[in-house]
Amino acid sequence: MRPATPRPGASALSTWHRRAATSLSGAAIAMMVAVLSLALLWVALRLAGFDATLALGALWRGSFGTWYALTSSTLVRATPLVLTGLAVAIAFRAGVWNIGADGQLLVGAAVATAVGLAWGAQLGWLSMPLALAAGATGGALWAGVAAVLRTKFGVLEVISTIMLNFVAVDLVGYLVRGPLQEPSHAYPQSDPIPATMHLPILIPGTRLHAGFALAVAASVVLWWGMRSTAAGFRVRAIGANPDAARIAGRVDVARTTTNVLLLSGALAGLAGAVEVSGVTFALYENISPGYGYTAIAVALLAGLDSLGVLGTGILFGSLEAGALSMQREASVPSVVVTAVEAALVLLLLAISRRGSAASIIARFAGARSPAQDDVP
Amino acid sequence: MTGALTSFLEASVRTATPLALAALGELLVERAGVINIGLEGIVLGGAFGALLGAGTNHLVFGFLAGCVAGIAVAALFGVFAVSMRADQIITGTAINLLVLGLTGALYRGLYGATGAALSIPTTGSFAVPVLSRIPVLGPSFFDQPPPTYLVYVVAPLFWWWLYRTHAGLAIRAVGERLEAVRVAGVDAHRWRWITLLVAGALGGVAGATLVLSQSGTFAEGMSAGRGFIAIAIVVLGRWRPMGVLIASLLFGAASALQYLFQAMGWSVPYQLFLAVPYVLTLLALAGFAGRRIESPAALGRAG
Repeated sequence: MRPATPRPGASALSTWHRRAATSLSGAAIAMMVAVLSLALLWVALRLAGFDATLALGALWRGSFGTWYALTSSTLVRATPLVLTGLAVAIAFRAGVWNIGADGQLLVGAAVATAVGLAWGAQLGWLSMPLALAAGATGGALWAGVAAVLRTKFGVLEVISTIMLNFVAVDLVGYLVRGPLQEPSHAYPQSDPIPATMHLPILIPGTRLHAGFALAVAASVVLWWGMRSTAAGFRVRAIGANPDAARIAGRVDVARTTTNVLLLSGALAGLAGAVEVSGVTFALYENISPGYGYTAIAVALLAGLDSLGVLGTGILFGSLEAGALSMQREASVPSVVVTAVEAALVLLLLAISRRGSAASIIARFAGARSPAQDDVP
Repeated sequence: MTGALTSFLEASVRTATPLALAALGELLVERAGVINIGLEGIVLGGAFGALLGAGTNHLVFGFLAGCVAGIAVAALFGVFAVSMRADQIITGTAINLLVLGLTGALYRGLYGATGAALSIPTTGSFAVPVLSRIPVLGPSFFDQPPPTYLVYVVAPLFWWWLYRTHAGLAIRAVGERLEAVRVAGVDAHRWRWITLLVAGALGGVAGATLVLSQSGTFAEGMSAGRGFIAIAIVVLGRWRPMGVLIASLLFGAASALQYLFQAMGWSVPYQLFLAVPYVLTLLALAGFAGRRIESPAALGRAG
């Protein structure tokens, strides 16, 4: 059984049509779940005694309602969610439970800041790509710890990546009060990074930075890579059935698992570097309000599809952006959107018939399990 | 020196108590073949329930409310992960997010944006007669708040239940040989539900312990990973009640190292201390390399 090649008889055009159609039905389910969750939120807000209509209006105004809200809040907020969502999606696709995107993001942010502060001023324009690469490397190394623990020591990555999240939080807490603290030692934060390291603004007059373009590019490249390359096939194969992949497909499961975790960590680390060089311009302790955990919901709602992650990432970005204006205008605590995001995932589980991750994927991929995909 | 050692051990046992309660519950659930990542949400739900219950100024109601809240969260997990046979890890992750969002929103809604200066009376410690007089060990192990004594009761009880009763045999069988159990006419869902609800009660009490016996207040996300740590403790304790007790104590000791170091006058950055328990867990789990880890064979499989 060789890795994916275009099947004879199936023209590229018809394949494209089929894929576009299944993506659309996936998007329809995601939209339905989203609308249902918002309806639930409306009811919950009514019951809690809030002005629910005003609150949902504020949610809309703060997310898609104005050009400025869309570009400067929703899409800016969506950027780390798309990148970490991709990190989670690719890992889950391989059956690797990387719950550690948040820790990998933090380490990526810390490494990017450290590199930027150390060499940013001398390197000029080179410092920005260098910082992004450093962040991705940092995230990959952090995930690499979990990869070594799993492949060499048999430690479940579900547990190790969660533990590593807490270590990363403590590590950043130490860095911003120790080696990376700003010189006056008054605040737990780093010095601002040099201006050469800032990501360029995409649309003048808004806060939308080039990191969003990077996130879009990443999801397109990953979508193509997962469907059309041998590596992507191996990832899907070990996710569908590691034993079959090893025996029938001659896939080196340990190596593929390691590579997937490294790539997943790199994407999350990149998200951290992008936050530093596009939004905060310094390292803060609470630089991530749990992006890596929200990313799990982002990836699942997208059916672990990379292009879908772009859509659900923007949807969740809009929820979190809108939540802030909901808090301002209707005094609804913004943290309530976390519950909405969770409700989205639970509704999705309830809708999918058998409810396993594989069946969710199968539903979104047009009722064919990944195991059957591209196997002659 | 003896004083420092006693207070170190005392702090170890105190830190270990909620972890042991949550981990003993998770042990049962995992023995029935369910991995409940939602334990973190159960502990947080229990802490919030305790906050609401303690408003009546009766600490017993606080613990009861925490217990009920934990059971409620566990039941929600059960509806999806057991009855609907949904993926356990995905369900657990969603439950955690849900509880984090709900408790956070309700807390801010009920107690204002900051909720600062919210102070709840806490249980004192109760010295067990005679036993608490043992040098060093006595004050550490037998002069503690009530939840610690619950651990001492529950751990042997669970050992007896799992290894000496028909019910325990059924639970272990569900976790090991799902198909055989079904052929034998044992209702796997029923045992998964029972263990899950017991775990919810214990996890809820663990959360209530944080509020009513330790901090005397509530904070958003105050479970701070204790549910996740409890899951790691179950693995460290190799799915056995006594093993879980020892692993909890080890974890408590790792967390309490900072008090010992402070007493010794050694200065090490605070944040690095906070990371010690997590790093230790990873090292301990990695230490099982080469040995077969006796996890229940049907762990994580839909029933």
